[in-house]
Amino acid sequence: MSAQDTFVQRADEALADHDLGRSIRHVTGLLDQRRREASASVPDFEALKDRARSAKLGMLADLEGNLLRFEEKIKANGGHVHWAKDAEDANRIILGILEKSGAKKVVKSKSMATEEIELNHALEAAGVTPVETDLGEYVAQLKGDKPSHIILPIIHMTRQAVADTFNEKIGTHASPDVAQLVEIARKVLRKEFETADAGITGANFGVVDSGALCIVSNEGNARFVTSLPRLHIAVMGIEKLVADLDDLSVFLRVLARSATGQRLTVYSNLIWPGREANDQSGPREAHVVLLDNGRSDLLNSKAAEILACIRCGACLNICPIYKAVGGHAYGGTYPGPMGSILSPALGAKKGSELAGASTLCGACKDACPVKIDIPRMLQYYRTGEKFGKREGLVKGLSFYLFGLLASRPRVFGAFGRLLRTIAPTGNGWIKVGPWLPFGWTRHRTLKLPAKKTFIAQWKEKAGHG
Amino acid sequence: MRPKKVQLFPTCLVNELFPEVGFDVVTVLKKLDIEVEVPLTQVCCGQPAYNAGYTEDAKKVALNFIDAFEKTEGPIVAPSGSCSDMVAHHLPSLFADDPSLKARAEKVASRIREFSQFLVDDLGVTDLGGKLPASVAYHPSCHLSRGLGVKTQPQALIAGVKGATLNSAENMDECCGFGGSFSVTHDALSGAMLEAKMSCLDKAGAERIVSCDMGCLMHIEGGFRHKDQARKVQHLAQFLAESLR
Repeated sequence: MSAQDTFVQRADEALADHDLGRSIRHVTGLLDQRRREASASVPDFEALKDRARSAKLGMLADLEGNLLRFEEKIKANGGHVHWAKDAEDANRIILGILEKSGAKKVVKSKSMATEEIELNHALEAAGVTPVETDLGEYVAQLKGDKPSHIILPIIHMTRQAVADTFNEKIGTHASPDVAQLVEIARKVLRKEFETADAGITGANFGVVDSGALCIVSNEGNARFVTSLPRLHIAVMGIEKLVADLDDLSVFLRVLARSATGQRLTVYSNLIWPGREANDQSGPREAHVVLLDNGRSDLLNSKAAEILACIRCGACLNICPIYKAVGGHAYGGTYPGPMGSILSPALGAKKGSELAGASTLCGACKDACPVKIDIPRMLQYYRTGEKFGKREGLVKGLSFYLFGLLASRPRVFGAFGRLLRTIAPTGNGWIKVGPWLPFGWTRHRTLKLPAKKTFIAQWKEKAGHG
Repeated sequence: MRPKKVQLFPTCLVNELFPEVGFDVVTVLKKLDIEVEVPLTQVCCGQPAYNAGYTEDAKKVALNFIDAFEKTEGPIVAPSGSCSDMVAHHLPSLFADDPSLKARAEKVASRIREFSQFLVDDLGVTDLGGKLPASVAYHPSCHLSRGLGVKTQPQALIAGVKGATLNSAENMDECCGFGGSFSVTHDALSGAMLEAKMSCLDKAGAERIVSCDMGCLMHIEGGFRHKDQARKVQHLAQFLAESLR
């Protein structure tokens, strides 16, 4: 875990770890390849993406109305709904529910929303024991680590590191063998499921017309979490709505293909929070916490489009920057391209510098199953209009001078001719080493300016007829 | 109708650092009987400032660009996917809140054509009659392929040269890490991306590296030279002009 406080520092630290770089590049490359193949196997995947996009944007167009309808359905089904304006609010609500029910141990399935509000910290501080039951999240929790990818939480860890964590934290004698490691976790977690007082999940989708939640997982743990304990609490970002089961089917298809290249996630759990009087199974009490935490503010901004994100991770897997530095360098809950747009907006409003951490190459937009224009929003964040600018005077002054000179052709030409009388020119390249005040020359040789510009040469040729 | 005359927008990098690329563009266009004019008051489209979020500075520069080109007629041809993408897509959005400026920007934007796009889409040419025995690794620059959607035209022009073969490898469409001022503000990260790009190009195992953006090419060639590894790195116009010699 990094204690560095800027992206560049954290990125440099990650770059120094060559094993990390190699393994992240390998795994993300594999996932990206699977995504490409899975997308190509659907006759008109682009049309499916368009449908998903317009369904999401349609929901967002009247988000408040849709949320109210969703709430009404859940209540009618016998479930409880809570509105949390920020992380603190959400944690307070959840702790209140747990306290009332006397819950001391909580099993959790994988949820980025609960990462976002740092729920585990709040639970521990209140004397409640949270147990992560997604394999990756479980390992991260044991190790005291944070997830570095939104669908592969411990993409940054090797098999050996997982075995070491188990051996150190739960006293096993595991070798770095995947089957053995899974078996250990299965045994430990089975007991936790049986003895937990409450289950806490996120939600991939909330279905407005029936008050249902859809939670997808590949490990089956979400099913235990939502059915064994007597109490279920789901924490859901307010943007996660879909209109009906028809739309849901579109999202499930694009989500699985974009995330892992699967045709469908192994478990697509559809549950209706609430309990009918004669129900014998399932939790006795179910709560849905609708989390805002900056989302309403985003909805009213030029970055509203990011609320269509379905957290598939495709933009992480294709991003050359994520591939080079991994997720921890981003310093927030959500890494990669989608994280660079989301993180500054959610809660702590940290991470506006992340917008600069991109070449605007556009690969994320290409891979996105809802066609979110991430590069456009990165450029928008860079203007500082939304979250301010965190840049040195030198950069600002450089662009001011650029604006001043490059808008005046005659001055610009004269300036160029003047520079050419003092600086070296020609067709060559110079290797100047790392002593220049900017980093370019640490990795690249510098091209000299031409003796005469193209336009100067063109003028001369015209002059000579 | 087939255009007879174009306005050349060499772009800053070509104008200041690689003028020979501009003359090779002219050579290729002349071979196709296209007359070339160069508006002399042009400087830059404003992209560096725009990408960095300095909108007001970008506007000043973009306005000079509009001034320089709106007095002229015909397609504006640029040997750069990046600059063409800026003019085509971002010039109008830069002036979104001023209807009259926006209209002027849109008019200029509608005329911009990237070099390979102009040859293949507008002139319908892929075979210029050139000859050059060479194996080529083509780097699809991001703003050309993803921004402008020009994904096949440069390859068609390379394949149209007698004796030329196209080599490829995995991840050829990955960014080289240049990103303008990004390569200065995030130099180590940019360097790591460049490293990945160079190893990808080497896997393709071609004698030459060809692309349609001098920013990427300057970055890539600078990277190879830094390691004292000689590679023949060329703009598509240079490659085509050489094949005609």
